Amino acid sequence: MKPEDIERYGDELYEALLARRTVAPLLEREPDITLDDAYRIQSRMVARRVAAGETIVGKKIGVTSKPVQDFLGVFQPDFGQLTSGMVCREGEPIDLGRLIQPKAEAELAFVLKRDLVGPGITAMDVIHATDYVLPCFEIVDSRITDWKIKIQDTVADNASCGVFVLGQTKGDPKDFDMSLAGMVLEKNGELFSTSVGAAVQGSPVNAVAWLANTLGVLGIPFKAGEIILSGSQSALVPVVDGDELVCTIGGLGSCRVSFRGRSAV
Amino acid sequence: MNLTLNQADILRLAAHVEAAQLGAHAIPKLTDEFPAMTIGDGYAVQSELRRRWVARGERIVGWKAGLTSKAKMLQMGVSVPSIGFLASDMARPENSVIRTDDLVHPRVECEIAFVTSEALRGPGCDRDQVLAATDYVLPAIEIIDSRFSGFKFDLPSVIADNGSSARFVGGGRPRRVTDIDLRTLGAVLEKNGEMVTMGASAAVLGHPADAVAMLVNILAELDEELPAGSFVMSGGITEAIPVKAGDCVIARFQELGSVSIRFS
Repeated sequence: MKPEDIERYGDELYEALLARRTVAPLLEREPDITLDDAYRIQSRMVARRVAAGETIVGKKIGVTSKPVQDFLGVFQPDFGQLTSGMVCREGEPIDLGRLIQPKAEAELAFVLKRDLVGPGITAMDVIHATDYVLPCFEIVDSRITDWKIKIQDTVADNASCGVFVLGQTKGDPKDFDMSLAGMVLEKNGELFSTSVGAAVQGSPVNAVAWLANTLGVLGIPFKAGEIILSGSQSALVPVVDGDELVCTIGGLGSCRVSFRGRSAV
Repeated sequence: MNLTLNQADILRLAAHVEAAQLGAHAIPKLTDEFPAMTIGDGYAVQSELRRRWVARGERIVGWKAGLTSKAKMLQMGVSVPSIGFLASDMARPENSVIRTDDLVHPRVECEIAFVTSEALRGPGCDRDQVLAATDYVLPAIEIIDSRFSGFKFDLPSVIADNGSSARFVGGGRPRRVTDIDLRTLGAVLEKNGEMVTMGASAAVLGHPADAVAMLVNILAELDEELPAGSFVMSGGITEAIPVKAGDCVIARFQELGSVSIRFS
């Protein structure tokens, strides 16, 4: 793909984000977009956010579970960049008016205390470099009409990042079993679903190692202090005004999030 | 409980189910012959089956709760849980080999098992009473095996078939309930080295001790208590996975270790 096309699609997605409207799937218009092209479009979209005053605060890993990989016809995860504008505080309702077609996912978040420079990073390096982990919610959103995404569409659209909320109980990855830790998700006081860390690449730590290695090849920095959302352990939960979600990770703690207002779609 | 079957029918159905269980062959569900059969009728047949087990010299070691998760209720098309008895001849040691030629169409589930130190009696038994009466919990694999063709049944039939009980395997690491969070324990079921299903213990009626309380309350309706020293399986955390000869199954649990079993 030509640099001017990359720029044009990156700008189109950024403007859709600002205007809270959707655009047609890129792959429908450009059937030859490669995954590399898609990441370059993502870089452009994120660069526009940074130019407008946001900072990079971390990364998210997506497409980490087998059902989602099967659905998109891929064999590996993807990633997007987290910016300061996506951070929501636990305890403050999320205004759905900021979003287009949001869905919630419950995850384990990592915060790094050392840089992770791939390739060659293993799960043991990730544990060594982790300051702490937290339960969290990612509210994914898509700038692509009706979530009609193929892998190139979601990667170009910054891995469908919306906003995210970190819980407040910090855990040490050496104090609990990240792979076998149960995940209990409740919606409006009722059990919604359960899962386990192993749903994410066998263990969330494996997803972070994959990310470090992928970023290393691409030359994208992965620094101490960054937040990593390691991938959804739950099914996607549609959310509307008044909904409240609680996720609890066994041996770690809970994160709670509530929603107000109406999304664009 | 409401009964529609007469004593002669109860005895005949129990003999019919027992023959299917011991001979490992499938039979039509009982409601094909008795469409008006109730849950109470199902338990009446199950009680006669239990009497026959004891008469053969087997010991009743405990009980199982079944159909306790949303996944299982959806899979089986029922809306309330059930219970069944566990006899000494159904127990198998961990890491052993289970023969499939004396089963019809076995499936495996990972569960949290409770061992009680005091008797529990309903009605009104609740989670706190169950936890107070629990000596320890341990991880378990249950091998269920409906004797009904195609694993298709309704609630009265499955209750008469002793809740599809077939074999059970306890193992792993026994834990005191005060040392762990019983609601959020993760479990992964692997078949032949591949993760096939997973979940957390809250999938069992919100909390596995609630499933045990439910079981005690059903026993009260049968005018029975759960004796001290009972082994109680609280219900599948995940959907049930079919197994065949040659399969190796490992259930891995947060905080409780793992249980493995092979099939020949």
